Amino acid sequence: MDFVGKRKLWYFLSILVIIPGIIAMATHRPPLNLGIDFTGGNLLQVKFEQPVETSQVREALKEFNLEQASIQTAGPNEFLLRTPVLTEEESTRMLDSLKEKFGNLDIKRNERVGAVIGAELTRKGLYALALATVLMVIYIGFRFEFLFGIAAVVALLHDVLVTVGLFALFRWEVNSAFVAAILTIIGYSINDTIVIFDRIRENLRLRKKESLEELVNKSIAQSLTRCINTVTTVVMALLALLILGGDTTKFFALTLLIGTVSGTYSSIFTASPLWIDLRNLTQGRRRTARAKVRRATSP
Amino acid sequence: MTGGSKKTFRAVAVFLAILALGVGVLPPLIRSMKLGLDLRGGVHIVVEAKDTADHQVTDEDMEALRRVMSSRVDELGLAEPLIQREGSRRLIIELAGINDPEEAVKVIGKTALLEFKTADGQVVVSGKDLRDAKAIIDQQTNEPMVTLKFNDEGTKKFAEVTAELVKQYSLNDPRRHIGIYLDNELLTNPVVREAIPNGEAVISGGFADFKEAADLAALLRGGALPVPVEIEERRAVGPTLGQDSLLKSRNAIVVGLIAIALFMLIVYRLPGLVADFSLIVYAVIVLAALWALKATLTLPGIAGLLLSVSMAVDANIIIYERLKEELRNGKTLRAAVEAGFTRAFATIFDSNTTTVLAAVVLYFLGSGTIRGFAVTLVLGIAASMFTAITLTRFLLRLLVNIPAFQDVRLYGVRREPSVEAEG
Repeated sequence: MDFVGKRKLWYFLSILVIIPGIIAMATHRPPLNLGIDFTGGNLLQVKFEQPVETSQVREALKEFNLEQASIQTAGPNEFLLRTPVLTEEESTRMLDSLKEKFGNLDIKRNERVGAVIGAELTRKGLYALALATVLMVIYIGFRFEFLFGIAAVVALLHDVLVTVGLFALFRWEVNSAFVAAILTIIGYSINDTIVIFDRIRENLRLRKKESLEELVNKSIAQSLTRCINTVTTVVMALLALLILGGDTTKFFALTLLIGTVSGTYSSIFTASPLWIDLRNLTQGRRRTARAKVRRATSP
Repeated sequence: MTGGSKKTFRAVAVFLAILALGVGVLPPLIRSMKLGLDLRGGVHIVVEAKDTADHQVTDEDMEALRRVMSSRVDELGLAEPLIQREGSRRLIIELAGINDPEEAVKVIGKTALLEFKTADGQVVVSGKDLRDAKAIIDQQTNEPMVTLKFNDEGTKKFAEVTAELVKQYSLNDPRRHIGIYLDNELLTNPVVREAIPNGEAVISGGFADFKEAADLAALLRGGALPVPVEIEERRAVGPTLGQDSLLKSRNAIVVGLIAIALFMLIVYRLPGLVADFSLIVYAVIVLAALWALKATLTLPGIAGLLLSVSMAVDANIIIYERLKEELRNGKTLRAAVEAGFTRAFATIFDSNTTTVLAAVVLYFLGSGTIRGFAVTLVLGIAASMFTAITLTRFLLRLLVNIPAFQDVRLYGVRREPSVEAEG
């Protein structure tokens, strides 16, 4: 399989997946469906003993001017209510009123995040992303070379964009676990990319007369079984979590699933071809510069 | 006993020992893991102290706040409540395994801000100036009352203001009163008969019985907050949801692990079996480390563990792919095993270090459950470096020396037995 020669096709495929997500982020305000972890607000998960309809719950919330709240079913007679920040008193009053109207209920979750904490989480999440990226470029630059670092980071941004883009497109809710998932994806994606880069580094040392394209193709082919087998085990673990895990871990598993699959794709089809392009670019420039010097100094 | 059967005996003994370790140690370890709120129900509360117009929150205030919260939590009678400071003005309170999280939030969230105010609304002293409060029965009137004792600063302020009031206003003047407010609710509004220089005051009248006075005294003693506070974050998970999550994630882990183990066995044959045995030791190490660190296992933590299992398996996959390659290149089995490990080490080290970098950043910038995830991931990777490299190599060396296990087809390579026999 020609991984490097068809690189324009692979780049195009990546862009095809990423563009809709970017459009979704550009056209929505806020760009992502942010959960209460970021925006601040209340989240209430209740299960009624008697049959209750969504419309009835919405009607009941009118009394508290919360008819705009997001109401989602989470099972039979079970609802997830998301509202702006309520005080303890307001939330107690709301619960009492629900009990009075629809009978006994089981409070499965009752969460409130203040706006201050939400803003902090956003800030810290972005810091974490930036810091982790910089540290990894430095590490790869130190262990390999600078261009490998750049190519790896582009591949990593690719995976983040794919994942975040899909979340934007489908309006899946983003919470604090999402930040952890994205950072894990970064770690995994880099991990995967490095395994191939490591092979390129090794083959470069033994390089005979083959072209750089051939060498990279060979390195990818040599790493391919490992990449596929590894991602298979990860996907198996995550699928188990996605299918069998509880509601709270589902989106976490989904995020990781998208990210790891994208991470494997980008290690094979984005990072290494890109490294060749970057290398040709810088070497080409150096060569033309050298040629210019020669021309200028020759009589 | 021939050399071969001796080696076989040793290998079987080692593998059986690992199996015994897994069967004997894993179940009690798993049972003794401390589970997070999301797995057994409970509340996570973040309380933030607020500045007022004339008082900035100090370190002492936060310590006093912590003591008050401790005594309130003790009222709930829980096994292992966690109260810790975060930053300069926040307290994190975690109460796991309670049946009624809502009630707990109410107890924690009581503001109970005690203030003594003059008629013009000026705060004379507040809860932080209070040293002690006691309920007694007045010997003369036979009425219950609460005696208060202020600390030095409170005594001084109280003395100044009472002296001033006595000097300025006549006994009948309403401005000569000092109102006692609890949570901005007027409890009693006694007149200041004379200046009070010794820092002792009495709240009398208005109590129906002695118990009411005693309750107020207890609230003031243990409950008067030094500064106003607000609950900035609260997450209450009911016990039913917690159990549900625990059961489901346990199933997911079992299924995920079995799938991974079977995959390794089918794809890599004998080395795959070795990898599965290494995974048992890996699980013992990670769980024992988490237990020793008294770490709490949360849902993201479990996800981190599962992911680190994949990372551990990845290290084995990298090594085994190398091993197969070396075998195909015509190396002898023993040489291929050694070369596989040596060559794979740099790859595994570099790829795992970058993942650890991400996890360390998560640890320092994340909070709560995200931290738990980072800890399990780093622990998992560290343990996998040991089991996937050192332990797997040891086990494989044991096996490749046994004649029965020298057929390369057992290592997933189609090739006639090599020069091994002669060499």
